[in-house]
Amino acid sequence: MVHSKLKPARLIFVIINTFVLVFMSLMFVGLFVHLIALSFSENIYVLGNEITFFPKGFNFSAYKLLLENKIFWNSFLISIERVVLGLILNMAVVLITAYPLSKTARQFKGRNVYMWFLFFTTLFSGGIIPLFVLINYMGLLNNILALVLPSTVPVFNIILMLNFFRNLPKSLSEAAELDGCNDIQVLVKILIPCSLPSIATITLFTVVGHWNAWFDGAMFTTSIDNYPLQTYLQTVVIKQDFAAAGITSPSFISSLSNETMKAAQIVVSMVPILIVYPFLQRYFISGIVLGSVKE
Amino acid sequence: MVASIKKKIHKQKISLHLMMIPAVVIAFIFCYLPMYGIVFAFQKYVPALGLFGSQQWVGMLNFEWMFTNPKFWPVVGNTVIISVGKIVLGTILPIVFALLLNEVGSKVFKRSVQTIVYFPYFLSWVVFSGILINILSPSSGLVNRFLGIFGVDPIFFLGDSNHFQMTIIVTSEIKNFGFNMIIYLASIAGIDSTLYEAATIDGAGYMRRMWHITLPGIRTMIGLLFVLSLGNLLNAGFDQVWSLLNSGVLDKGEILDTWIYRSYLTSSAYRFSQSTAIGLVKSIVSLVLISGSYLFTYKVFNYKLF
Repeated sequence: MVHSKLKPARLIFVIINTFVLVFMSLMFVGLFVHLIALSFSENIYVLGNEITFFPKGFNFSAYKLLLENKIFWNSFLISIERVVLGLILNMAVVLITAYPLSKTARQFKGRNVYMWFLFFTTLFSGGIIPLFVLINYMGLLNNILALVLPSTVPVFNIILMLNFFRNLPKSLSEAAELDGCNDIQVLVKILIPCSLPSIATITLFTVVGHWNAWFDGAMFTTSIDNYPLQTYLQTVVIKQDFAAAGITSPSFISSLSNETMKAAQIVVSMVPILIVYPFLQRYFISGIVLGSVKE
Repeated sequence: MVASIKKKIHKQKISLHLMMIPAVVIAFIFCYLPMYGIVFAFQKYVPALGLFGSQQWVGMLNFEWMFTNPKFWPVVGNTVIISVGKIVLGTILPIVFALLLNEVGSKVFKRSVQTIVYFPYFLSWVVFSGILINILSPSSGLVNRFLGIFGVDPIFFLGDSNHFQMTIIVTSEIKNFGFNMIIYLASIAGIDSTLYEAATIDGAGYMRRMWHITLPGIRTMIGLLFVLSLGNLLNAGFDQVWSLLNSGVLDKGEILDTWIYRSYLTSSAYRFSQSTAIGLVKSIVSLVLISGSYLFTYKVFNYKLF
């Protein structure tokens, strides 16, 4: 950046700009601070609109209640399950599919046919209802596989990875092939170790995608015992549809309607993302930029 | 010698095809097989009779139901209005903040703001709606309490039909603008720095440099992202709208996807067929829009996805 003399107009601009950006950042952070404050406050103060960014009547009662909420933790575990399964399956499929597709059409006969076969699925779909009928027909209702299998071929992630492979120096894989490596060895020993930004990006997208999914959880399950976390949150916290969730006990319902309890549930469900985000966020920008087509 | 190379090439080709098998099989089962389900739209599908049972064929009946339904055009209208609002705001906001952030000298400050602003993108709409419903509440929400300091009466952001669409648009972009902002920042970083130097020597100040170098430098990216976003015209954001929708704002808030889901949830005997019919029309229009936008960006911006 070239520096010139700091004129008054520029100084004013810098001050205002900084102020605007700081204010905006504080606003964003404030949303979460407010939520956390709610979760640690006494319910009376919450109802009395007295909470802004600091808890009043600091206590852990919402979280203590939450620990006893077996349904919440059951759904939490289901979401963890689908994230782990989904990540393993997706990553495996992305890697072994991106490798052949990264070859040119001349090197790999039929490459374009395969590519369009997969890409078309992003342009058009039969809709959620035929998918539901299929899942039902396969007997996968209420099965974790129903939440994991349909999204096992994430075409955009495959595209990201194949572009990344293409942008790697050809000399790497060529040298390996001359040494007698077959395709699997080239992929595992050469390409994957060089693709960490892309893998980190795809990991972040996949984990977040599975953690945040709620609609398939609503469509492919018949009881709250099988809800992933977001579906539970959607039903119990947002829509407060206790009947649909099969919750009838009045004391349980009143504790769930408690504002501090709602806030606590939301805070806890953000924790995994908060954990994963800082680690993978670094690779993000380079992952996306390098995963695009270069001419 | 030639024979062994040929054998190697042959082997390679087989293994490449083998590597494609898992993706092809799964895509076939879970993406292409359900496409057969489009036929439900032309039947009066009764689930009890089963997938291959003798369903009654009714031709275009479900589509007639849809097009003559008094809800149809208002719902399409809501969808388009909300989408266009999101496309416009979603183009302007990231650019403005990318430009502002670009003027910041401190790398640490820049990085911190990026990290903070980017984070909501990774939250689910279920969680973000939970936060929004809380802070936008007319009685106890932070936003109205803040406005109350200035003597502004409480605004029913989510409960008033007149405010609902704008609330949806604005909150959606607050959550998402970080994503495109990062892309623009990366593009700006790619602009040749000698251009800036030459302009400074010629006496151009900060504002002129932004207008004549930075903006034109990302012009292609702006066009690209804008056209690609057009393909999503009929996707007004199901997750968000479903979480925030309530009975008081159905007239302005119901979008195509929520209508589809709501049709499915009713106890109407033909809900499968009706839902599928609406979904099919939406899928076809989206297909045309998205393909069109990719074709356009390919021809005009030389954009190749793969």
